[in-house]
Amino acid sequence: MLTVTVAYIALGICLAGLLWRISRWFLIDIDPASDDPSTGRRLAAAGRALLDALFSPRLFNLIRVFLWEVVLQGHLFRQDRLRWIMHVALCYGFLLLVLMHALDDWTAPVLFADYAPTRNPFRWLRNLLAALVLAGVIGTVIRHRTRNTIGHIRSHADRLVLLLLAIIIVSGLLLESSQILSPSIFAEMVEAYIGNDDPEEVAALGQYWVAEMGAALPPPRSGAIVYDPVAGQMAHEGYCASCHSRPQAAFLSYPVSRLLKPAAGLMDTLRIDIWLWTIHYLASCLALACLPFSKFFHLLATPVNLLARTAGPVAARPPALRPTRRALGLDACTHCGACNAHCAVAPIYQVIPNTRILPSEKLQGVKRQASTGAAVEVAALVEGSFICTLCGRCTQWCPSGIDLQDLWQASRRDLIRKGVSPFYERTASLSGSTALAPRSTLPGAPPASLGLTNRPETFWACVQCTTCTSVCPVVAASDDPQRDLDLTPQQIMNLMRLQLIEQALGCRMLWDCVTCYQCQEHCPQNVKVADVLYELRNEACRRRLSVAQAAATSIKKSKGPVPGK
Amino acid sequence: MAPTTYLYFPGCKISPFLPHYDTATRAVLGAFDIRLDNTELNCCGYPVRHQNVAASVLAAARNLAIADREGLPILTLCQCCFGNLKQAAYWLEKNAALRRFVNDQLDAEGLRWHPHIAVRHLLSVLAEDIGTDSIRARVIHPLKGVSVAAHYGCHALRPGHVVQLDNPLAPTIFENLISAIGATPMDWPLRLECCGHPVWDKNPTLSLKLMARKLEDARTAGAQVLTTACTYCQIQFETVRAAHPVEDDTPLPARLYPQLLGQALGLPPDVLGLASDDCF
Repeated sequence: MLTVTVAYIALGICLAGLLWRISRWFLIDIDPASDDPSTGRRLAAAGRALLDALFSPRLFNLIRVFLWEVVLQGHLFRQDRLRWIMHVALCYGFLLLVLMHALDDWTAPVLFADYAPTRNPFRWLRNLLAALVLAGVIGTVIRHRTRNTIGHIRSHADRLVLLLLAIIIVSGLLLESSQILSPSIFAEMVEAYIGNDDPEEVAALGQYWVAEMGAALPPPRSGAIVYDPVAGQMAHEGYCASCHSRPQAAFLSYPVSRLLKPAAGLMDTLRIDIWLWTIHYLASCLALACLPFSKFFHLLATPVNLLARTAGPVAARPPALRPTRRALGLDACTHCGACNAHCAVAPIYQVIPNTRILPSEKLQGVKRQASTGAAVEVAALVEGSFICTLCGRCTQWCPSGIDLQDLWQASRRDLIRKGVSPFYERTASLSGSTALAPRSTLPGAPPASLGLTNRPETFWACVQCTTCTSVCPVVAASDDPQRDLDLTPQQIMNLMRLQLIEQALGCRMLWDCVTCYQCQEHCPQNVKVADVLYELRNEACRRRLSVAQAAATSIKKSKGPVPGK
Repeated sequence: MAPTTYLYFPGCKISPFLPHYDTATRAVLGAFDIRLDNTELNCCGYPVRHQNVAASVLAAARNLAIADREGLPILTLCQCCFGNLKQAAYWLEKNAALRRFVNDQLDAEGLRWHPHIAVRHLLSVLAEDIGTDSIRARVIHPLKGVSVAAHYGCHALRPGHVVQLDNPLAPTIFENLISAIGATPMDWPLRLECCGHPVWDKNPTLSLKLMARKLEDARTAGAQVLTTACTYCQIQFETVRAAHPVEDDTPLPARLYPQLLGQALGLPPDVLGLASDDCF
């Protein structure tokens, strides 16, 4: 009774969680504009899109995508055969175990008239499925540990899923091994099906089970009863054989039971089989309850996203559908890392250690922004979002069919609207904040600069002839350079000649520079004017980051732990 | 004999924002039996140079190291990609600390930066590796009487001693290519100035102003068409301009050079990303 209650509680949590997660598809909007569609309109638009798809020639495309991409996982097959084998083994091994083993009370009798979990081929098949899942789990763990491409990042969520699967499968195999050995279970079965009227028959059966069925029954007291193999076999065929096949077919748990045989007595005293059953059962219930809240949710979200993708890219869909498609896309990510492996800016992550540069982690940041608006993390997301060049390769490679290109553009619009994009920031407030940015001196750390601005020699030759200013197109485009730009290039060079970097960093000329190199090309004294301006921007960016980090640290300190961390 | 296979470096922006630059380039190079190797490369590092020069150089160096591994010269379509790859090589040669850092990072992937990896821009490949004479010989539909203003772009031209495309103060490579297809290259005062796109995100007003000045200047000089050979410049003159029209009396379309060349070679307009009435 208690066990059934636990299962139903887990199912209840699972269903409520699924409802909550699916409702988020119609509530979250990562790019909220003034003409934001209401949830009602979003639901109506999704319903209409579904009907459109079902009652049009697109249905055939949906069926094709369902069979090829969802059922056969063709996208993975195309990208990486080894990963495809591991994923298919894990996915279908576990799915069949759920259907034919966890739900066998309902499914098995319908399909097989003579089903019993301890009969063959069911025993053998269950071991085969367990072997597939285990192989998938072990292969995935090995792959995680041995791959060293840039941006190969694993999270606790990935590990949790693998750990849960491993616990379920290993506890199940150990449970079967302990059941093969268990004298207590033998005694219970004898009592239930034979009774104790004929001790000689029971003893003969016991001997048969020790010899043929792998049971670890205590040896009979010497002289009391003579072993009669024919009687034992007859009793087995009469009472047991209709439900019990030879356990040797359980090619994983039978060998394990042989290894455990010396400890069978102790295991039986402690009733290890009951403990293992409890672990196996609770872990399975936990997995069910976790389904909507863990990586398992991609079992639903990814196929739905792949099917929705058949309608075309998000930008080509009606406005009322776009926020829904984006929210669905956020959930469809399996954190597989295919995007990172093809990301054009992934090498930059080797120098700027912000994981939000990598698409898979940026997606997590966008998701967190959309659901919590965590202010502490926005600086990292902004940096990652605007280092992205929108090359679109992540979208081409995403095996879940997420329109990442659209997600990045929508998220950028949102950040710009919130006024946190890097484009409009003025750096005047940075003056006097040198103490925040000590130069990196760690071994192996990237060089902080090309070493131009901090060497007076760079500017020694400057004679303040103003050639740089007179050839500058930005200066030429302004009626009043002092008003629009604060300083002209030649004035910046003068400040730098005097090593007054703080004054130079705050001026608008620095950020309006178009990097055309006219100044540097025309300088009669070969001062690297444009390179110096680049280096000053580098310095300003580093100080701005220090300011952002200091602000984030003080928020953390004042508010305690960061929400969602 | 010039190499006939290049490691193709379209850069990040062409595939999502300017796909016709890719199709037009492939078509015209195909006509001269140039093969393109499509090994996957990463960002050239140009956009991140404002922020972190080491990141910019590392990104560029990874591409250069891949080119070295493949044993092929790089062919870039974008002048900013070209410029940054050249700048990275220049600073790697000059700065030992930077070189050590970059090679340490590349080592994890079995890559290494070596000097003397050839980086070519589309203009040099056309004008020098193929040659203006070969182009002239293949033109079947010369653009007779069409006045073309060459917009050079900045990063392939300057700093001249680093990028070494042509004389940075008085270049002729683009005008020679325009003459080769039978058109008339225009002399116009602002031909070497910036298109305005580098500050488009930061200061759109300034960006549009710089673009408007250039268009006005080319128009005054009598140009019928402006031609570019850079992803960002073309995005500015084509995409940004379409979304934010500058007041003009006479239209002055912007064409990528391979679009004009393709037309002169008699290639179909759809491959070049042109409608049939876009042709001269």
